[in-house]
Amino acid sequence: MDLAQLMVVGLVVGSVIGLGAMGLTLTFGILKFANFAHGDMMTLGMFVAFAVVGNAGITGPTLEPFSIPAGLILGMLAAGTAVALLAASIDRLVYRRLRRRGSALITMAIASLGMAIMIRAVVQLIWGPLPARYAGGINPSWNIEGIRIKPDQLLIIVLTLVLAVALYFLLYRTRLGKAMRATADNPQLADVAGIDTERIRLATWAIAGFLIAVAGVMFALQAQLRFDAGFEFLLPMFAAVILGGIGNPWGALAGGLIVGISQETSTYWIPSGFKAGVPFMLLIVMLIVRPRGLFGSTF
Amino acid sequence: MSLLEVSELEAGYGDVMIVRGTSMYVEPGEIVTIIGPNGAGKSTLLKAIFGMITVSRGTIRFKDGDVTGFPAHRLVEMGAAFVPQTDNVFPRLSIRENLEMGAFRRKSGVNERIEELLARFPDLGSRPNEQAGRLSGGQRQTLAMSRALMLDPTLLLVDEPTAALSPAARQDLFRQIEAIRDTGVAILMVEQNAREALEISDRGYVLVNGAVALEDRAADMLDNDEIGRMFLGRTEASS
Repeated sequence: MDLAQLMVVGLVVGSVIGLGAMGLTLTFGILKFANFAHGDMMTLGMFVAFAVVGNAGITGPTLEPFSIPAGLILGMLAAGTAVALLAASIDRLVYRRLRRRGSALITMAIASLGMAIMIRAVVQLIWGPLPARYAGGINPSWNIEGIRIKPDQLLIIVLTLVLAVALYFLLYRTRLGKAMRATADNPQLADVAGIDTERIRLATWAIAGFLIAVAGVMFALQAQLRFDAGFEFLLPMFAAVILGGIGNPWGALAGGLIVGISQETSTYWIPSGFKAGVPFMLLIVMLIVRPRGLFGSTF
Repeated sequence: MSLLEVSELEAGYGDVMIVRGTSMYVEPGEIVTIIGPNGAGKSTLLKAIFGMITVSRGTIRFKDGDVTGFPAHRLVEMGAAFVPQTDNVFPRLSIRENLEMGAFRRKSGVNERIEELLARFPDLGSRPNEQAGRLSGGQRQTLAMSRALMLDPTLLLVDEPTAALSPAARQDLFRQIEAIRDTGVAILMVEQNAREALEISDRGYVLVNGAVALEDRAADMLDNDEIGRMFLGRTEASS
């Protein structure tokens, strides 16, 4: 493939990474710990949507020019809701108890690793270890000035941008969003100001859960669903978060695009088997050279 | 009945009690200043009253109700507000957003109240969209105080408001505190600049080792030789 074509693929992969990384960086900024379950929450999102279009067989007509069945819209909403509820419940049941006990942040991060393993096991238990697909049809590419792009791929990029703008409005124009930024800035003062920070944390988890579930469904649009698919996104997402500056959603989106594009275009020069190492390299270089991220850890 | 009544309060961090049996009260509309040596538990007392530290013994009553162990946001709902000594603004939020956060519990009239406060403090009103992190020390204190006033509290707790301020900014801040009192808000203040604080206060407490060592009218405390020597910087020669 030529470089321009690889850029397109990178843009698509980067959109998925960026979408997930926006939620990851929100929880990192507000909860102050790294949520290692983020990748497996993504997998769960993929499969909840599969439960609607695959297991329950609610497909409906294919939405031309995309390859997706109408039922997948329902599936995506179900996935977003389910993962949002799960993320909020995990906070209530696990992380809040640890917070009240004054646990160290590393304890919470390790607890999230435990949650990651549990979620993955549950996915395997329900949907088995074999790969699956949302729909069998092929999605013919459009040819724009010699660059091929599938309608599905365009949808992924556009939906990511739409959600990023929506998140911007949430954080800067709504009372909830401003309270989320305030809680990230100074949780103690947020308490003192009368903000019920526990509810803000729940809302943060729900938003992050929704975004990562949608990212999962988007990814699975053009790939197979596998029980470990989301986990493989965990590192690229963390690389995007660090690149963009912890707690900075726009940085995370930009970081995601950078990670995605560099990962895919690297195959122009190096064997594609090594491309998974590119986010690692970016992460290591960033942590050494500019640990606060390209854009600083600010909202 | 007093607005705030603290009796036999014990509180601290873990097993270490910092506040050890403190009793005190604040009447509506008065300024009360707590002075005392470093480590006497002055700040810890304010935090304990505001539900930020676990109270292990004693009671706190506010507006005739027992509020011992209440979380901060419930005290805010009841009409109390707290201005911490440091980190008392949201640095990455704008001045206006800081004030909005002070009104998180308020459903209506938020914008009117913001305009009112911005008009009252021109330093803030001239640039409401500036990030709070860029303000000077004095302006930060003014913003922190304004944030606390967003909900029209009846009691304001203030922890060492002038600690990092220049003498001029300090004077301004004490004038602001008097002006706030004149609107009917009771103020409980911990302050290192004891003389200036007592000059605007109605009453004062000296806190030593987590307990009240002395309690008096502020004017009498200013005349008290022992307090003068210990806290007001009065030299031996003048006595």
